[in-house]
Amino acid sequence: MKYAVSTLAVAATLGSTGAAFAQTEIQFWHAFTGRLGELLAEQVEGFNASQNDYVVVQSHKGNYSETLNAGIAAFRAGEQPHVMMVFEVGTATMMAAEGAIKPVYEVMEMGGQEFDPGAYISSVTGYYTTSDGRMLSMPYNSSTPVLWVNRDLLEANGVDPDTDLSTWQQVDAVVDQLAEAGLDCPMTTSWQSWIHLENLSAYHDVPFATMENGFGGTDTELAFNGPVQIQHIAQIGEWADEGKFVYAGRRNEAGGNFRGGECALFTESSAGYAGIAAEAEFDFDVRPLPYWEGVEGAPQNTIIGGASLWVMAGHDDAEFAGVAEFFNYLASPEIQAKWHQDTGYLPITSAAGELTREQGFYEENPGTDIAVIQMTAKAPTANSKGLRLGSFDQIRGIIDEELEGVWAGDKTAEEALNSAVERGNQLLRRFEQAAN
Amino acid sequence: MEKRVTFKGIWLPLLLVAPQIVITAVFFFYPAGQAVWQSLFIPDPFGLSMQYVGLDNFRFLFDDPFYRASFVTTAVFSILVTAVSMGVALYLAVLADRLIKGSGTYRTLLIWPYAVAPAVAGVLWLFMFNTRVGVVTWYLGLLGYDWNHVLNDGEAMGLVVVASAWGRISYNFLFFLAGLQAIPRSVIEAAAIDGARFWTRFRTIVFPLLSPTTFFLLVVNIVYAFFETFGVIHTITSGGPQQATTILVYKVYSDGFVGQDLGSSAAQSVVLLVLVSILTIIQFRYIERRVHY
Repeated sequence: MKYAVSTLAVAATLGSTGAAFAQTEIQFWHAFTGRLGELLAEQVEGFNASQNDYVVVQSHKGNYSETLNAGIAAFRAGEQPHVMMVFEVGTATMMAAEGAIKPVYEVMEMGGQEFDPGAYISSVTGYYTTSDGRMLSMPYNSSTPVLWVNRDLLEANGVDPDTDLSTWQQVDAVVDQLAEAGLDCPMTTSWQSWIHLENLSAYHDVPFATMENGFGGTDTELAFNGPVQIQHIAQIGEWADEGKFVYAGRRNEAGGNFRGGECALFTESSAGYAGIAAEAEFDFDVRPLPYWEGVEGAPQNTIIGGASLWVMAGHDDAEFAGVAEFFNYLASPEIQAKWHQDTGYLPITSAAGELTREQGFYEENPGTDIAVIQMTAKAPTANSKGLRLGSFDQIRGIIDEELEGVWAGDKTAEEALNSAVERGNQLLRRFEQAAN
Repeated sequence: MEKRVTFKGIWLPLLLVAPQIVITAVFFFYPAGQAVWQSLFIPDPFGLSMQYVGLDNFRFLFDDPFYRASFVTTAVFSILVTAVSMGVALYLAVLADRLIKGSGTYRTLLIWPYAVAPAVAGVLWLFMFNTRVGVVTWYLGLLGYDWNHVLNDGEAMGLVVVASAWGRISYNFLFFLAGLQAIPRSVIEAAAIDGARFWTRFRTIVFPLLSPTTFFLLVVNIVYAFFETFGVIHTITSGGPQQATTILVYKVYSDGFVGQDLGSSAAQSVVLLVLVSILTIIQFRYIERRVHY
């Protein structure tokens, strides 16, 4: 089937150009369906139509975890694709697999493509870059958490919808008012570990893990049980106890509560834009993620979530050249600006951000630039470049479990975070052992 | 007295069981052997390197209080799933057995859920009990009950048990019904003439005669609860809240396929294999004695 489709694609291209030479095929495995899948397919078609040497064949392999598994299984069988989409928490796993991957900077050099790392937005690419500035994978879809506000609910419950919500202290006052007015869901969140621990740490310039959050080596240890994190989780736990915070689930289940108009405040990825804009039957706006007033260095910058494209080893140079050309196409300002505007994901180059501004998109869609500003206002520090931790998907699972203990009132914030750190560290030691 | 059919030579019986043995070897012994082998290593996900660690994977597991707690969770879950699915199936089978008209329709309807894949069944139940838009949640809310399986341990366990048992009821129903229909009418009629009422007949005649079926289903259902329920758990709770619904096989799946920790995952498979073997031996040694063939 795979071959049938690609043969067809080759035949179609040959037919249209009339050229009688073979094209090099590039396999691209990804995890997107629905609207995102369509937009991705559009990019691939655009690239295939733009030149005659290469054909990119995209195939959907399930969700992020399934795509990664499919890639790993394929590599073990010697049938790996050229390009594979891997979510950000899989970064350390891919990096540690030295013989299995081909770093993007090498691919770009081999392909003879002009590659200027400076053109990229460092807080986006930093997550996927070595400490000495070499890009290992190509950021594809990156987003960052922001605060979504249901303006109608605020107004209906006697809160000025334009009230300042930049700090958690201000949020505390607002959820108090909302709960007193009888609202069932003053605040909710999706992706609790990503937003309320990983980003919280970066935003307040405190470490999530030692050794520059794992960038410095696999002998890193978790450190998110510091005073800033404990105080934050304790505060949300208190809200949960008083009915001011509603926990809906580990992933983005809470999106339904917000889009359905039940919750006033919602911390969620900036990429939630498309869904909220499509479904919300109320007046909403986007605010920067709140920070704790009085914590030194806050607000620093937030970090990204999403996925990047990894190049798998074991292919011909000619094929790598094709990958390089494909990546160059993806990074072009026009493609990036379109992707940014269609999806709410961050642009990966400053040029794409500029282009979006020139096109007047931010003026027409107020708030869509907040994520970009939040990411780029300050140069990232060692605590806010990103995270590079092995077994991170599992560590997030542990964090979810422990936080559920806090929301249910079974544990204090301190107990939960200490336990999460201890359990997570055991997994990091195993990962270190496997990687060395 | 056991009745046995004996063959004269050795070759014909060997030939006859050969296909089964080959299949078992290829699909069970070979992978099980590989799991045992892998459980002694910490491999990297891509298979680029392997580190021999002896029994460290097992030590790591049993040092983890959450893993030890998972045995209790698994026991509770398996007993509940087996009891619910067999109890309901037996009840329905007894009713269907007494039907004279329209029994075909009832049977077809009751067998239907078996065709639903576990993961899909999970999603169906999740929709009904969704904390926000679930129909059942809504009705419970009218009765003043605040359903929240996302944070409540007991409710989460109840939900995954019901969702796992639901599809199995059909399967058990089929076997119970066949078992009931194989019981000679004359025995039951004789008892009835002697004045035994329905409940007495069921307790003293039907249930004992049904015991081979019940025993078979007990073994099969426990194996099902142990191994085939991770689809349901994955879609409904992902093992949460906290670790309230993390049964052993779900942990094998999530450590292996989400965490890429193949060494630990293999060690857990070995533990599970040993556990189920012991359970099956116990069942055959102690419970089977009470079975009348």
